[in-house]
Amino acid sequence: MGIVSPGFFGRRRRDDPALPPGQYLTESFPVLSAGPTPRIAPSEWEFTITTETGQVHRWNWEEFLALKQDDVTRDIHCVTSWSKLGTSWRGVSIDTLFESVESEAEFTMAYSYGGYTTNVPLDDLLGGKAWIAHQFDGEALEPAHGGPARLLVPHLYFWKSAKWVRGLELLRQDEPGFWESNGYHMYGDPWQEQRYW
Amino acid sequence: MRTGWNVAEVIEVRQETGTARTLRLRLPGLTGHRPGQHVDVRLTAPDGYTAVRSYSVASALPGDELELTVEELADGEVSPYLVHQVAAGDQLEVRGPVGGWFVWNPADPAPVQLIAGGSGVVPLMAMIRSHGVGGSADGYAAPFRLLYSVRSPASAYYGTELDDLARSPLLTVTYVYTREAPAGSGTTPRRLDAPTLLDAILPVSDNPAFFICGATAFVETVADWLVQAGYPADRIKTERYGGTGGTP
Repeated sequence: MGIVSPGFFGRRRRDDPALPPGQYLTESFPVLSAGPTPRIAPSEWEFTITTETGQVHRWNWEEFLALKQDDVTRDIHCVTSWSKLGTSWRGVSIDTLFESVESEAEFTMAYSYGGYTTNVPLDDLLGGKAWIAHQFDGEALEPAHGGPARLLVPHLYFWKSAKWVRGLELLRQDEPGFWESNGYHMYGDPWQEQRYW
Repeated sequence: MRTGWNVAEVIEVRQETGTARTLRLRLPGLTGHRPGQHVDVRLTAPDGYTAVRSYSVASALPGDELELTVEELADGEVSPYLVHQVAAGDQLEVRGPVGGWFVWNPADPAPVQLIAGGSGVVPLMAMIRSHGVGGSADGYAAPFRLLYSVRSPASAYYGTELDDLARSPLLTVTYVYTREAPAGSGTTPRRLDAPTLLDAILPVSDNPAFFICGATAFVETVADWLVQAGYPADRIKTERYGGTGGTP
């Protein structure tokens, strides 16, 4: 046990086994971003997967919505210590997007409108673990929360779930993205408390 | 970067406003910090229950000391304890300072426009203090402007110190009072709007570096106005309370 603060009791909002260490529950949906919110019209939106050999797979908004849609409910955990349980999303599984992609790469970099990047191992995006989400709680995803579409990788800290996502690039070697170059952990497992380097 | 938990000693507390207090901490082994960084503070109850929140560093001190200014949140878990109960001589667990993005580099000569909503002034004050510490003699000649949106004169942080620092030709401070204007000022309180903002800040032609900190709605709105007015998005750095664990 650390230094005890006499007279501190706390609000005890985290006796929930779904809560990773050092996290507290919130009912609201705080925003973490590093700059202005990009405003991307669905008509100009596109999503690309670029393989390590330079092959490009591309979907526009209509093509993206025509893919198989998943409804998923997951807990999300932000590195700034809030967690939100049972959030509901609709989107396209990364497995679906990769049906036509051939790659031997093990790592990916997610790219966003506005210049944000974050690295995620490919294994953490496949096997029903990640989506490109475009609805939250049955509504179109708001720009402040990453709309038109964001990456959703709920088993990692939420900075990995890149807002305003526009593509994935497959990499043979792991490279740091935006927050990973600014002090945050390369992998970001909330159950291991991998917050900072 | 210090990323493990360390024991800090509270060496001084100062009341900043009716609802905010500044804590000066000593972190053995710390060798300075960068303006704009934050720390995580962990409180442990006698039965082992812990709570962690992030707080921006307000100071620009070279050694093993730093200052936090903590605003009490009505529904807060950690802030009421830090504002009302912590005393000089107490120990706290602290992680950091951390953060490499929302940070001003004193070697960067570009003009700087700071925009604060309420207690969002804290990390911006670290930048102003860092700028003031260097002084033009050391080559820190970047022009600084602060636009500070605050409820009332009584809820503004660092009033006297900011007045003193603003005597420098390199710092201009503009207040926008949203609920109560200074007595006898002849101005009426109002929310910040785009014309007032654009009138008070450095022009697009100066290509200023922006640091905006405040509640999410404030930061979102101000950043949108700046982009619409033609300021490049890649010159605008933002930090929201939601982003540093200040709310709920």
